[in-house]
Amino acid sequence: MSQIKNVDEDLQNLEKPIAVSVDNISKNYGNVEALKDMSLKFPKGELTSLLGPSGCGKTTLLKIIAGLLEPSAGTVMVNNKRVTGPGTDRAFVFQDFALMPWASVLKNVSFGLEMRGVEKTEREGIAQNYIKEVGLQGFENSFPHELSGGMRQRVGLARALAVDADVLLMDEPFSAVDEQTRRKFQEDLLQLVESKNKTFIFVTHSIEEAVYVSDQIAILLPRPSRVSKIIRPSNFRAKGVDAIRRDSEYLDIVDDIWTSLRSYVE
Amino acid sequence: MHLFGYRLPGMSSLLLWGALWEFIGQAKVTFFIPPLSKVLSTLYEVLGTVAFQNALKETAYAFCSGVFYAVMIGIIVGILMGKNRLIDELLLPWVNVFLSAPLTALVPVLMVLFGFGMKSIIITTSLFAVWIIILNTRAGVRQINRSLVEMATSFGATPLKAFTKIYFWAALPEILGGVRIGIIRAVKGVIIGQLLISIVGFGALFELYSANFLMSHFWAVLIVLFALAFSISEFLAYLERRVSYYAAKR
Repeated sequence: MSQIKNVDEDLQNLEKPIAVSVDNISKNYGNVEALKDMSLKFPKGELTSLLGPSGCGKTTLLKIIAGLLEPSAGTVMVNNKRVTGPGTDRAFVFQDFALMPWASVLKNVSFGLEMRGVEKTEREGIAQNYIKEVGLQGFENSFPHELSGGMRQRVGLARALAVDADVLLMDEPFSAVDEQTRRKFQEDLLQLVESKNKTFIFVTHSIEEAVYVSDQIAILLPRPSRVSKIIRPSNFRAKGVDAIRRDSEYLDIVDDIWTSLRSYVE
Repeated sequence: MHLFGYRLPGMSSLLLWGALWEFIGQAKVTFFIPPLSKVLSTLYEVLGTVAFQNALKETAYAFCSGVFYAVMIGIIVGILMGKNRLIDELLLPWVNVFLSAPLTALVPVLMVLFGFGMKSIIITTSLFAVWIIILNTRAGVRQINRSLVEMATSFGATPLKAFTKIYFWAALPEILGGVRIGIIRAVKGVIIGQLLISIVGFGALFELYSANFLMSHFWAVLIVLFALAFSISEFLAYLERRVSYYAAKR
């Protein structure tokens, strides 16, 4: 059955090595406390979801891990190195794709490598591989406005994969694509977590999506922002992608999360 | 446009206006308007003269330098204003004042400061063009998608790289719009400069022809000038259309 634990000292007593560690992070905007004394560990090679109602600070936390926002207090460690800004060990996937509309798919995908000073033919070769990997072969010279929403996010994903960072940070990556595309994305994401030895941190507001894709789900609650629960589903995903949504543990966890979030949703 | 079932080519209305001009000229309503045919034959004569070619050279030099400085300064200042709140607060009032100010009144001051030569003419030209370029570039930068900037930052873009790879391109449709209007203003600037500061270039030709009542010469040079300004403006409008595919989708 579901292994739901309450918050306590040994909340995350994991045997797995830790890729990203968030320790006592606070973030204030003037008098507003966006995050207060938040601690969380992200095991290596796993996908952890940050799930919670709007205003719980999940995107803020993700951007602090990315180095895009500076915390007011506390530290973030990635592979035991303290985060002071954006770095080559992390790559970001954006909710609105954040593609350059004036650049071709190939240029967009190789942008991260370009910023890292990789020489042109080399970076385009690498980009080409990842374009193929996300299934966009033949669209290298297309422009973002010629692609569907789902294809655009594949470009965003290829761009993040191309820099070969250890940690992939995804900010509601599938919320701007349609339902059917989203399902396909979720299946592909499971495969990606399986095949790449990368750590994924995934922000979402969809309970089903979080339970479907995650090795670990952190439930964040607002006012004050805190980690209220960490859920580690047992391996119902080993039964195959088609069986997950009918698995009783999956359904129990979804119900359970809804029960704990219900009172926070206006 | 279609007329009696025939498709008319673009600008065919010019034929009608040309015919009207010819008619008024032939009717000798006023010495001020010679017939178009005479103006055109004078134009052909004038084009070959040394005086005209020198005027064209001098004007083109002043115009191109003036526009060059205006575009460079305008884009850089505009991007800085769009990115930096402090610079914006400091400069915006001045940009708005100068944009609407009657700059012709400033020309005598420029003459005192920079002399009666080419330098003052170039500065006048720049001064006419630069403000709208600044304002448009600033507007282009301010509407830039936040997450595009975050994207560049997250992949480790230095401020200079962000400037050249993101801000410039994201603001390009607005920049080109600003440059187009700026260049139209620069044409005004260069002619006013040449008329007021030192009588050189096309300014000198206008002065010469109108003082001697050489009306067909006067009109001929005017047609050349109008055609040049119009062509430059149309060329930039074409460039603007080239980037408009992404203007709406940023």
